[in-house]
Amino acid sequence: MKPMAEGCNDKRGLPMIDLLDAYAAHFKAYIALQLQYRAELVIWLLGMVLEPVIYLVVWSSVARSSGGQVGGFTPAGFAAYYILFTLVNHATFSWIMHEFEFRIRNGEFSPRLLRPIHPIHSDIADNLTYKLLTSAVMLPAAIVLSLVFQPSFATPLWAIPLFVPALALGFLVRFFFEWVLALAAFWTTRVAAINQMYFAALLFFSGRMAPLALLPAPIQAAGNVLPFRWMISFPVELLLGRLSPSAALAGLGIQLLWLLAALAVLHLGWQQALRRYTAVGA
Amino acid sequence: MSQLRLAWVFFRLGALNELEYRANFFVQLFQALLSIGTALAALSIVFSHTTALAGWREDQLVALLGIYFLVGGMINLVIQPSMERLMEDVRLGTLDFTLTKPEDSQLLVSLKQIEIWKLVDVAAGAAVLLVALIRLGAGLGLRQAAAFAAALLAGGVIVYSFWLMLATCAFWFVRVQNILVIFQSMYSAGRWPVSIYPPWLRSTLTFLVPVAFATTVPAEALSGRLSGQTLLGAAALAALLFAFARWFWRRGIRHYSGASA
Repeated sequence: MKPMAEGCNDKRGLPMIDLLDAYAAHFKAYIALQLQYRAELVIWLLGMVLEPVIYLVVWSSVARSSGGQVGGFTPAGFAAYYILFTLVNHATFSWIMHEFEFRIRNGEFSPRLLRPIHPIHSDIADNLTYKLLTSAVMLPAAIVLSLVFQPSFATPLWAIPLFVPALALGFLVRFFFEWVLALAAFWTTRVAAINQMYFAALLFFSGRMAPLALLPAPIQAAGNVLPFRWMISFPVELLLGRLSPSAALAGLGIQLLWLLAALAVLHLGWQQALRRYTAVGA
Repeated sequence: MSQLRLAWVFFRLGALNELEYRANFFVQLFQALLSIGTALAALSIVFSHTTALAGWREDQLVALLGIYFLVGGMINLVIQPSMERLMEDVRLGTLDFTLTKPEDSQLLVSLKQIEIWKLVDVAAGAAVLLVALIRLGAGLGLRQAAAFAAALLAGGVIVYSFWLMLATCAFWFVRVQNILVIFQSMYSAGRWPVSIYPPWLRSTLTFLVPVAFATTVPAEALSGRLSGQTLLGAAALAALLFAFARWFWRRGIRHYSGASA
């Protein structure tokens, strides 16, 4: 131990330039690490972009065949909607529901539970770091999509400052909601069916398959009450200028309510889940 | 004849393996019904705003959806698991055991892994297709039915040859799994007729990743919009790709040296 401690003491006198070098080296190493997976990154990007492009093409085709617009969306309007949707979906998505089953089946939760900090923190940190990195391919992809599909935006100025909290709340609601649902893995271990049900709900109620304004009235009404619209669709609608200022403020309030509800369920669910945990495989 | 017997043996093996996990059947059934349900709901939402999508009526698109699930189910039943097994066998060197058997090696690797619960997807796709056909009703004559069968067969052969060629690449480049993942993600574009896509995407889906031949072309045959030329083209492409895949496979095994031995 002693020589190491001395080594550390030596480092304390490190000149600033060397420290910067160390950072640069870390950065390069991290980039190199990610570049190892560049094929995976391309596949991931394809998965994120292809589905919205398909629905964009379908709806543009519908708009063209019904006199240039449907439900107030022109083809250029649909392009703006789906490009924004792709970006907001990227910012808010998490892979936690896929990972939980694996974590529990392999007893991977045990070391996480030993740490003196709630395991959700490392998930949040991982998520944000990953998003920061993948933005480097997501934003260029959005630019390419814009060049191909020629979107038209009509964003009112007041909506821009409101978009920031709307996006942040959308992320938090979706993240905590999916974390709570992922807890189901503590009880059933096989969660594929639950996940698929969740994704089916997300498809319709979050505005993924179609802008919510195009859905039948009962589904729209349900969508206003359920949490899914407030995860993705709401920030998109806000930035497209499809909401009035009062509707936007009310939306932020609903987001906040859902966040509180998710946090409450998370708190209770987590305590129950811990009691259930038996460390499979460990 | 011996090929058929062999297929039956592999099928029974797959069944015996999977019958241990009977609960998976219900999971698969639930998932198949859910994905077909959501796809049909999405279609009806689209058609609540229009009567035709790029010239296709709703019933015709329901038929396309049935074909999409049917072909997708076939891919997941035998093609994908067998090809993934093949690539894994090449990586580990366990392909030796297959190659030493006194049967055609291409046939053996193509049937090696069968996931029988995916039959649920095939059956569900067939049911959707059947319902759509009944609703399309009188429009379907004997000629169209024959054209449909031929187009579906050609599409199946094209998809199989495409997978086999990519998997054969594993003899030279050990990691080709990624290209196959790309196929799966592109396949989801096949639930809509490729004619709605912009030209660059349409040609990608036709020639680079042959999704169009697997779903759109058979559906066109059903709705009577398939020209004899396209059908002939699909059949010729199927024959060509199959012959090439077989030639390429033979080159591949000659190149194979057995990683473990």
